[in-house]
Amino acid sequence: MTTVSLTVNGQSVTADVDPRTLLVQFLRENLRLTGTHVGCDTSQCGACVVHLNGQAVKSCTTLAVQANASVVTTIEGIAEGGDLHPMQAAFREHHGLQCGYCTPGMIMSAIDIVNRKGNALDEQTIRAELEGNLCRCTGYHNIVKAVAAGAQAMAQAPVQQAAE
Amino acid sequence: MTATGIGAPVRRKEDQRFVTGQGRYVDDFNRPGQAHAYFLRSPHAHAAIRSIDTGPATIMPGVIAVFTGDDLAADKIGGLICGWMIHSKDGSPMKAGPHPALAQGKVRYVGDHVAVVIAETLAQAKDAAEAIVVDYDVLPAVVDTAQATKASVQVHEVSPDNTVFNWHLGNKDETEAAFARAKHVTKIDLVNNRLVPNPIEPRAAVGEYDFGTDNYTLYTTSQNPHVARLVLSAFIGVAPEHKLRVIAPDVGGGFGSKIFIYAEETVCVWAAKKVKRPVKWTSDRSEAFLSDAHGRDHVTHAEMATDENGKIIGLRVHTTANLGAYLSTFSSSVPTYLYAPLLSGQYDIPAIYCEVDGVYTNTAPVDAYRGAGRPEATFVVERLVEKTARELGQNPAEFRRKNYITQFPHATPVIMTYDTGDYAASLDKALEIADYKNFQQRKQESARRGKLRGIGFSSYIEACGIAPSQAVGSLGAGVGLWESAEVRVNPTGSVEVLTGSHSHGQGHETTFAQLVSDRLGISIDQVSIVHGDTDKVQFGMGTYGSRSGAVGMSAIAKAIDKVIAKGKKVAAHVLEASEGDIEFKDGRFGVAGTDRSMAFGEIALQAYIAHKFSGQDLEPGLKEGAFYDPTNFTFPAGVHICEVEIDPDTGVTKIERWTAVDDFGVIINPMIVEGQVHGGIAQGVGQALLEGAFYDESGQLITASFNDYCMPRAIDLPSFQVGMTVTPCPSNPLGIKGCGEAGAIAAPPAVINAITDALGHEDIAMPATPQAVWRAAQKARMPMAAE
Ligand code: FES
Ligand code: FES
Repeated sequence: MTTVSLTVNGQSVTADVDPRTLLVQFLRENLRLTGTHVGCDTSQCGACVVHLNGQAVKSCTTLAVQANASVVTTIEGIAEGGDLHPMQAAFREHHGLQCGYCTPGMIMSAIDIVNRKGNALDEQTIRAELEGNLCRCTGYHNIVKAVAAGAQAMAQAPVQQAAE
Repeated sequence: MTATGIGAPVRRKEDQRFVTGQGRYVDDFNRPGQAHAYFLRSPHAHAAIRSIDTGPATIMPGVIAVFTGDDLAADKIGGLICGWMIHSKDGSPMKAGPHPALAQGKVRYVGDHVAVVIAETLAQAKDAAEAIVVDYDVLPAVVDTAQATKASVQVHEVSPDNTVFNWHLGNKDETEAAFARAKHVTKIDLVNNRLVPNPIEPRAAVGEYDFGTDNYTLYTTSQNPHVARLVLSAFIGVAPEHKLRVIAPDVGGGFGSKIFIYAEETVCVWAAKKVKRPVKWTSDRSEAFLSDAHGRDHVTHAEMATDENGKIIGLRVHTTANLGAYLSTFSSSVPTYLYAPLLSGQYDIPAIYCEVDGVYTNTAPVDAYRGAGRPEATFVVERLVEKTARELGQNPAEFRRKNYITQFPHATPVIMTYDTGDYAASLDKALEIADYKNFQQRKQESARRGKLRGIGFSSYIEACGIAPSQAVGSLGAGVGLWESAEVRVNPTGSVEVLTGSHSHGQGHETTFAQLVSDRLGISIDQVSIVHGDTDKVQFGMGTYGSRSGAVGMSAIAKAIDKVIAKGKKVAAHVLEASEGDIEFKDGRFGVAGTDRSMAFGEIALQAYIAHKFSGQDLEPGLKEGAFYDPTNFTFPAGVHICEVEIDPDTGVTKIERWTAVDDFGVIINPMIVEGQVHGGIAQGVGQALLEGAFYDESGQLITASFNDYCMPRAIDLPSFQVGMTVTPCPSNPLGIKGCGEAGAIAAPPAVINAITDALGHEDIAMPATPQAVWRAAQKARMPMAAE
């Protein structure tokens, strides 16, 4: 067993874990943050994407111990009080989800894309940047629209960007 | 149309929880004291099991129990079933081999279930599984669909030549006669590639047993929890039906693969009682590739006969359908009654004859995957129609138009009666949206850049709203395919709708609430939809075959009608008028010709406080249920047009434009319907360009992860242009036809017709990967060189 201490969604947590514990297992099983999903075992689908020190990572490919002394944000941690994050609101407004299983990873990746590429995203950029996220339901059409709209909305909501 | 009624693009109620990570999928459930199951699977496609020594595994750390097929047999747990009986041409019943949940004596595909380890943690269960010693006598395997009946390998004793059934439909003599007098015959050989459904949520199950009450609970990733309960109790015998609660909470996509009753959930329920602990199993993706039921896998030869006027006069089809190593829950119906009845397409074809050989192989079971039989039929019809038009030198759009059915109802030679449609209207609209008239210009422009541009049509039809119970019963279905609903009105006027349909992405919590809002004149926020729990909903047949709108919502509509009728009785007492004078309009019960009226919610309260009528006159309360059995299938149809540009130097096919014009009848929520179309097209494009499940000769699945099996990504797809035409369905009270599978059905032939148009020859199979297209493009350039 190894001790890990990190900040998850603004709260400090410390736990003893088996060294082989993946970050996604730690989040889902130790912290019961089940919004982060597992869709594959080859780092392909992106259902598990969270932010580690402000950058998108696949939590199925990260050990919990690698997140020691880090700041982790999950899908449960991006809404401000009762208000959805602009990217969450955009997914809802543009029907960027159906079964919802890929959605947390999509939203966390999308926010990361905006952080890296800015608020004015064209379709081709969004499609290329979503390379690491699979969705089987939507055909991506509405996800692309949602990401573009969410990116613009994030420009209007600097407070939430800063909260990342 | 009100803001939240029928036809409004209402934003989904369920999304609040999904976008905030509060969805509750099966793997999110953890029961007190829960143990973990891990299945040891066969590494061989075909082997006799000489012995299994579980001893070394049982002493590993954390291991609670290890079970094999013998343990299930000792407890008299039955095998998995196939619920649709198909009879061969000679009248004999299909040959169904045994399908034990854990292998008994033999394994028949890579991934077949050999043993299960139950341990404190999943990691411990996995470690222990490696310590089980299985002595296999490895046998040769049969994998190839077309060769299955000729192989020396025998998958099941009941079927010496691996044939499950030789089935047929249509009129052979009339079809032969049509071919005898044909002016032209077009022939085609097609492979409909095997696919892995791959919902992004893997299957999962948690079984639980309560010794105090003798009650079992199963949390499972199911599209039809009541059917799962029925099969687990009545056929497999794991628990009595009234003692088994099946819960299918949020489910992360299904596409057919979560209809079926699999070994894993069976074992979890049974093992929970054995080990006196809740038992959880969650599939990883590798297991999903090996053991989720696959889709498609047909090998077909088909011929189309035309007369001197270019009218189609006959179609004959021979298909070999790979059913895998065991018959999955509905597998036998897919290449038979969900396939051949659609071979008339949108066309007036007077004579059709289809033969289907269902075969066993040492591969994963094959069953319904989005579209289930109808994509396979559409691929045959639309590839043949396109090829015929080309051979006759006719414009493919106009050739289709000339052969469209225009009079309804129309009885086809393959047992379907199409109720309504306007196929030319969809074609016209699609041609316009696709800017077809300027296609040649775009083609020339591509040619100037050294690129090959092609356009492909798909005029698909499907049979949805499955289905009239009597009709499917006569065709061999083991169940009726009606749907049930209960509408509970609370004293405060809020409404709960209990439905036997199940949502795993379709948005029922929104669309079903829209129907209630529309009919009862209350806000959708006053409505909650309850589904996916056999303790709450009395019974239901579940969601597949695009049936939830046409059948599930029709049941709700029927129950609402009863609520309104009862409400009128209450209103008559309260408003002191005769029942015949009570009208219900815009959410109010009123006395005709007066200004006396009360809101729906006020009448609901009166129904419960029951002060204004005696229990002898009228029962208190406001709650009604209904079972709705459809009178016919529904027939969504449309035209999809795909325009591609191929780079002959790299073989990369880029979809430049996608036009979809569909007639789904009445639409409840256009936003959701368009989303269904998008997702379906993506799966169809995946089949045409990217996806294929391939086994090597020894029966190893060589496309068993997302690294090897190419799922469509955002970059592989264009934005879609979606249009609608509407002919309301006359066969159900809401006029709905269904939209869930259209894209997956329409897309593959549209893509391949576009690619073959660009290449100038027909020789390309699915998936048309860059390598395959590059080869085909070389062949087009230099016919000899590529041989
Ligand atoms: S779970 Fe699929 S990439 Fe992490
Ligand atoms: S919404 Fe179902 S996988 Fe994306």
